[in-house]
Amino acid sequence: MESNGIVEKLREKFPDEVLADYQHLGQNCVLIRRDHILDVCRYLRDECSMNHLMCLCGVDNSTRTSTVDSFSERFEVVYQLYSIATKQMIRLRTQVPEDDCSIESITSLWIGADWLERECFDLMGIHFDGHPDLRRILTPDDWEGHPLRKEYPLRGDREWIGYEELKAKSKELSKFDFHSRDHEKGEHE
Amino acid sequence: MSKAMTVDIPVSAGDEDHYRIKMGPQHPATHGVLRVDLDLQGETILECVPHVGYLHRGFEKLAEHRSYVQNLVLTDRLDYIAAMANNVGYCEAVEKLLGIEVPLRARYLRTMVCEMSRISGHLLGLATHALDIGAMTVFLYCFRERETLLELFAELCGARLTPTYTRLGGVRQDVTHSIMMKLERFVNEFPANIEEYETLIDTNRIWLMRTVDVGTLSAEDAVSLSITGPSLRGSGVDYDIRKHFPYAAYDLVDFEVPLGETGDTYARYRCRIEEMHQSNHILRQCIEQMPPGPIIGDDAPDLVMPVKQGRKLEVDAPARQGLIKLIEDRETFMEGDIYVPTEVPKGELGFYFISDGKGSPYRMHIRSPSFIHIGALKTMAKGVMVADLIAIIGTMDVVLGECDR
Amino acid sequence: MGQINKNDLVKIEDGVRFIPGASALVGPLNKIINWGRAGSIWPVTFGLACCAIEMMVAGASTNDLDRFGIIFRASPRQADCLILAGTITKKMAPVIRRVYDQMPEPRYVLAMGSCACSGGLFDTYAVVQGGDEFLPVDVYIPGCPPRPEALLQGLIKLQEKINGEQGRWSQMA
Repeated sequence: MESNGIVEKLREKFPDEVLADYQHLGQNCVLIRRDHILDVCRYLRDECSMNHLMCLCGVDNSTRTSTVDSFSERFEVVYQLYSIATKQMIRLRTQVPEDDCSIESITSLWIGADWLERECFDLMGIHFDGHPDLRRILTPDDWEGHPLRKEYPLRGDREWIGYEELKAKSKELSKFDFHSRDHEKGEHE
Repeated sequence: MSKAMTVDIPVSAGDEDHYRIKMGPQHPATHGVLRVDLDLQGETILECVPHVGYLHRGFEKLAEHRSYVQNLVLTDRLDYIAAMANNVGYCEAVEKLLGIEVPLRARYLRTMVCEMSRISGHLLGLATHALDIGAMTVFLYCFRERETLLELFAELCGARLTPTYTRLGGVRQDVTHSIMMKLERFVNEFPANIEEYETLIDTNRIWLMRTVDVGTLSAEDAVSLSITGPSLRGSGVDYDIRKHFPYAAYDLVDFEVPLGETGDTYARYRCRIEEMHQSNHILRQCIEQMPPGPIIGDDAPDLVMPVKQGRKLEVDAPARQGLIKLIEDRETFMEGDIYVPTEVPKGELGFYFISDGKGSPYRMHIRSPSFIHIGALKTMAKGVMVADLIAIIGTMDVVLGECDR
Repeated sequence: MGQINKNDLVKIEDGVRFIPGASALVGPLNKIINWGRAGSIWPVTFGLACCAIEMMVAGASTNDLDRFGIIFRASPRQADCLILAGTITKKMAPVIRRVYDQMPEPRYVLAMGSCACSGGLFDTYAVVQGGDEFLPVDVYIPGCPPRPEALLQGLIKLQEKINGEQGRWSQMA
């Protein structure tokens, strides 16, 4: 799984975009500037045959403490690319600031990125510019908040309005239920 | 099926054939709580929009609040059809992150349970796929063999569906002689059983009409859609994590990766059948080659709180804190991030961990194959008939627990 | 045959008698209706998560629910039992309620598995902490997931409950 060649190629091709690179547990990782992520991905896909998008996810760095890692912005989008032909894997990390929480969509390169980006938007609140259909996917459409952000409590900070309505409705409908007339004792033969 | 399809009022006169139909979430053929909104012209699908999230339980959030040991139990509930494979996937990832060595016997045992769950996963996939298309007998036959495997799981670790069999650093319990005997009998009988399914549907005219040239995916499309597993290999792309990133004992056993050519539903069905043959082959090798030795490594994190001088837990601190502390005490704790893929029956299950040196993961992302496969429905179902959509959902072999997490 | 003497009737069960020579039973309406209901519980095919797989196993040949008269119906309008087989999420809860509302009375709800009973191990923002928050649950089946035998036991418990009912054929006045 030596993909140092790719990191060097990337450094050569995009000298301004590659901020840093490191190897951790045998996996290569490159920190990329946010602005040209689409170009970097296109280059990797077309020129380095990195045709398989393994994973795309968002990370909230707000409470992260690390001694080895460097991060300056609140959010991060991580892309995991793999070349089925050459068996090389590379991870791209892009940092996204909190006040301008958006990044270019890569759905034009991989159709499969569509839902991954939607999931990232849903749970982390990162906007993907150029995404054809950026809606919530896992949580209901009228859900408030982005659950995977660190300040979001595990049990949620408020009840979803749809569930409140449901409970009210089920209380109201319960009076139409049939009941067993256990209070009228004795069988009527 | 009458209920699940709530029909909106058809649009204006002259366009009576244009329907909008919502299939699911309660629908017998959607393999769980999947909802598909269809835009139909007659019976042809103009637009198919799958909706998921009806089983979203917040795994990734929950994982951040629990320790690495506790999270193991969540992975059972991902792909509950082949939970063992998820257990192995999770443990392989955490072990790589924490630098834990797994003894050889445990690696073989993992391979064994992985392949057992692959067979049971493919059997259930085939059973429900065939049931959706109308072949009831296959369902009953497949469940017969699946029961044998599930009862073996129960004998091995006490649970049928949610075993939590693996531990960080190894597995929980060794196999007994009785299990090995039963497994050997299963391995000997299983090829004949596969033949039985084949006689039922392989050349069945209805089956062929419902599967051949239905849901065809070219290799380029399949890769672009990030499809993995047998669904990708049906299109002829040679990508199997067991070969590309060998884990457990897959580098020590001999097996082939069956590939399809046409990329249609029938090719994927054949791929799964061939994979069951290969899994059976691996199981046989595991039985023959099973090495002696320990089943859990020496440096595996223990679940027992150690007696330590000068260490006092506050009375009201939840036990969870204790467990987190337990892992933090490990000296070899790794900081950083890692992505570890494993091959589960559905495709590539990847765990992406970010660790900041604490006992619980800072971020755990699960790359689940079903999520991506359902995302591909939109592309695959364009222009097909409604009945073919059911075949496509069946052939993608999705499970919603894994999709929604 | 003439008039039937009360002594000619063959007692089958407490309060239920068989008329010899005619294919007829005499007994309290309650008992006969309950007998019919308990012997033909038709659950709606409605799986949520892991437990649904065990529910399918219960319906397949090994355990064979059909011998209890339990046949899965795909439409809630033909069903009279809802098995909550799996984790109930908040997004799913309104759908479950809608399925339940479409079922005709008398209807029964089984909470299968720890998630449907109490939320199980998912104490998170997205999960309903037990199906009884918005549905009247009749039988709770613990387990994660319960074995098919446990589901059978739950269904037998439901039959017992139905057999003990009194005049459940209208709203309570």
